[in-house]
Amino acid sequence: MSLLKDGALAQDPWVAVADDAPLPEDGAPIVSLARWQRDRAALRARNGALGVRLPNAAPVAAIADDLDRLTLVALEFPKFNDGRAFSQARQLRERYRYTGELRATGQVLRDQLLFMTRCGFDAFEVAKGDPVSAWANALTDFTVFYQPTGDGRPTAAALRRAGG
Amino acid sequence: MYQYDTIDQTFVQQRVAQFRDQVSRRLAGELAEDEFKPLRLLNGLYLQLHAYMLRVAIPYGVLSARQLRALAHVARRYDRGYGHFTTRQNIQFNWIKLAEAPDALADLAAVGIHGIQTSGNTIRNVTTDELAGVAPDEIEDPRPWCELIRQWSTLHPEFSFLPRKFKIAVTGSPHDRAAVRVHDIGLRMHRNPAGEVGFEVLVGGGLGRTPLIGKTIKPFLPKRDLLSYLEAVLRTYNLAGRRDNIYKARIKILVHDIGADAMAERVEAEWAQLRDGALVVADADIARLAAAFAPAPYAPRSPRSEAVEHARLTDAAFGRWLKRNVFAHKVAGYAAVKLSLKPIDGPPGDATADQMDAVADLAERYGFGEIRVSHEQNLVLPDVALDDLPALWRALDALGLATPNIGLVSDIIACPGLDYCGLATARSIPVAQHLTRRFEDIARAHDIGKLHINISGCINACGHHHVGHIGLLGVDKNGAEHYQITLGGRADEHAALGKLLGPAVPYDGVVDAVERIVETYVRLRQDGEIFVDTVKRVGPTPFKEAVYVAA
Ligand code: SF4
Repeated sequence: MSLLKDGALAQDPWVAVADDAPLPEDGAPIVSLARWQRDRAALRARNGALGVRLPNAAPVAAIADDLDRLTLVALEFPKFNDGRAFSQARQLRERYRYTGELRATGQVLRDQLLFMTRCGFDAFEVAKGDPVSAWANALTDFTVFYQPTGDGRPTAAALRRAGG
Repeated sequence: MYQYDTIDQTFVQQRVAQFRDQVSRRLAGELAEDEFKPLRLLNGLYLQLHAYMLRVAIPYGVLSARQLRALAHVARRYDRGYGHFTTRQNIQFNWIKLAEAPDALADLAAVGIHGIQTSGNTIRNVTTDELAGVAPDEIEDPRPWCELIRQWSTLHPEFSFLPRKFKIAVTGSPHDRAAVRVHDIGLRMHRNPAGEVGFEVLVGGGLGRTPLIGKTIKPFLPKRDLLSYLEAVLRTYNLAGRRDNIYKARIKILVHDIGADAMAERVEAEWAQLRDGALVVADADIARLAAAFAPAPYAPRSPRSEAVEHARLTDAAFGRWLKRNVFAHKVAGYAAVKLSLKPIDGPPGDATADQMDAVADLAERYGFGEIRVSHEQNLVLPDVALDDLPALWRALDALGLATPNIGLVSDIIACPGLDYCGLATARSIPVAQHLTRRFEDIARAHDIGKLHINISGCINACGHHHVGHIGLLGVDKNGAEHYQITLGGRADEHAALGKLLGPAVPYDGVVDAVERIVETYVRLRQDGEIFVDTVKRVGPTPFKEAVYVAA
C-alpha cells in the first residue's frame, strides 16, 4: 500500500494496531471501532495522535462524541463498488464538522478519487505502483460540479447565480 | 426546452475526454475488462450478446430537433441505421464498436446529450410524463423539477456506487403517465389544502423479480425541499440498502423489510440535518429552469378546425388516427400527436435514421422543434396546430409512423429479449410482431379498445410485464421458450400488479392464448368498459377457461 496525500506519495506515520496487541508507547496508532469502544477512556487519556477505523456498516454516530480527540478516521471500501463510506465521509465532515484526516482504505480506484475528495476524504491508501501522475490527473478531469458538498467547490448553480 | 449553457457543455465534453482516455487505456491493454467494465457502464456502454450496446439518456424524454438529428447521425454512422427507444425514455444503439464509442459520444455531446448514468448502480435518467407542459389536466409542468434532479444527480459523488440502480419518476398531472408508483422514488405533484403545489413522495416501487407498488413516505413535500429530501432518501438507502445479494439490493426491499413507517422516520431524521442546508432550492435557480420551459409562442387559434372536421368526415383512416394518436392540448387550437413506433410486424420502439431525421423536420414544421419520447416507446410531437393535422398525418403515414394504434392491442411494450440481451430466457420482439399481425385489422383493434400488452424476455422485467393489462413473461420450460401470462396489471394512478393466470404457454401457443383472452373480454365487457376493468369485475376464471380449457 502507498499513501497518497495532497497529491503526492507520503510517508505513513500511522500504524494499525490489532485488537489484542499492546499499544505502542508513542507513534500514531489506528485502532478498530471495537477496541475504541472497549478502551475508550484509556485511549482518550493518551497523549498524541489517535485514529479509529470505522467499518462501513457502523453508524458514524458511534464516534461522533470523540471526534474532538481523533486525528484520523479511516473508512473502508471493501470493494470499489461498496459506496457506503461516501455517505459516512460526508456525515463526518458536514454534519459533525470533523476536521482531522479522513482516510480511504480498501479497494480505492483512481477513477473514484474525485468523488472521494468531494465527499471529504483527504488521504488515500492506494495499490503500490500506481503512477501518482495519473492520480493527480483524475482530480482535474472535471471543472464543473452540480452538487454542493462540504468540499467548497462552487456548483454550476452557484456559478450561474454569480454570472447573473 | 432546456438548453445546455457553457457550464453544462464544458462538463459533458470533459466527460467525453475522460472516457476517451479510459477506452484508449483499455484498447492498449492497460485496463483489464473487469476494471474497464464499471467505467464503460457509467457511460452507458454495455456488452451484449453480439456487440457493444450504447444507451443514451434522453432526459425526461425531451429532445430538440437538432438532438434527434444527432441520434439519427449516430445510428447511421456508428450503428446499422436504426435505434431502439426504451421504456425509460432512453435510446439504445445495438451495434457499436468499442473504438468508435468515444466518437459517437463526442458527436452527441456537441448537442448536449450523453450516456452518463444510463447504467451502473447510480441514479438513472429521470423520467416523466411525455405530455408534460402541454397536458390539459396538469397541475404544474414537472420538467423544470426534472432538470433540477438531472443536474443534482449527475455524477453525484456520494451516490455513484449505490447498492443498486435507482430510478426517479415525476408526474405533474393527476392522471399518471409516468408510472411513478413503480419507481424507486415516485414524485407526484399536487396541491395541498392551502393551495400550494408540492410533491407526494413514494418510495420502494419497482418491477423486476420482486414487483412492488411504492409507498408514500411524505404526503406533501414543499418544492424548496425537493433536493434535500431526495438526498436524505438516497443517503438512507446508500447506508442501509442490502449489498449481499444483488436481487435484494433495490430500495424496495429495504422499504419492504423495515416498513414504510420506519423508512419515513429514518429519512426524516437524516433530512432534519440537511433541509436547511445548501440544497434548499433557490427561487432564482428554479425560476431560471422554469424560464427554459416557458410556454412556446402559441398563436391564438380556434378550438375547432374546419380542416380537421372535413378530413375526419371524408377519410376514415384519418379519423382513426385522430381518435387514437391525437391528444388534447392545454392551449386551444393545438394538439399533441403521438407517432407510433409500433407498426404492424415491426420491432416495438425501433426507428430508422431516416425516420428520425424526418421527424426532426416535422417537429420544426409542425411545432416548435421539440420531440418527446414516451415510456410506451413512441414519439410525440407536442405542439401541433389543429389545422396542420391532416398534412402531418399524410407525412407521418408516408414514413410509416401513423399506425392508428396508440394505447391499443398492437401498441406493445417489449424488451429486447433474446434477440439482443445477454440475460434473456426467451424472445420478446418476435412475440410482439406475431401479435401485431394477429391484430392487424385496425377496425377490430379499435373495437377492442384500450389494451396494454407488455412483454419481458426474462424475470428482470424490462418490458414491465407486471403492469401490462396483459403481461407476458418469457420463461424456460425444459429448454423451450414459454410465457407466463398475467392479467390486470396497470401502471397509472390506479397502479396494480397483474395476477398470474396459470401455467406458462409455449411460444407457438402464446398468440392464440392472447387472442382467446381478448375474445373473452369482448364477449363479457359491459358498455364502455376497457379490458382491465372487465378483468377486475369478472375475475380470472373466464379467462382461465378460455386459455386452458379450450386449448
Ligand atoms: S427483461 Fe430480461 S431479456 Fe428483457 S431486456 Fe431485461 S434483462 Fe434482457
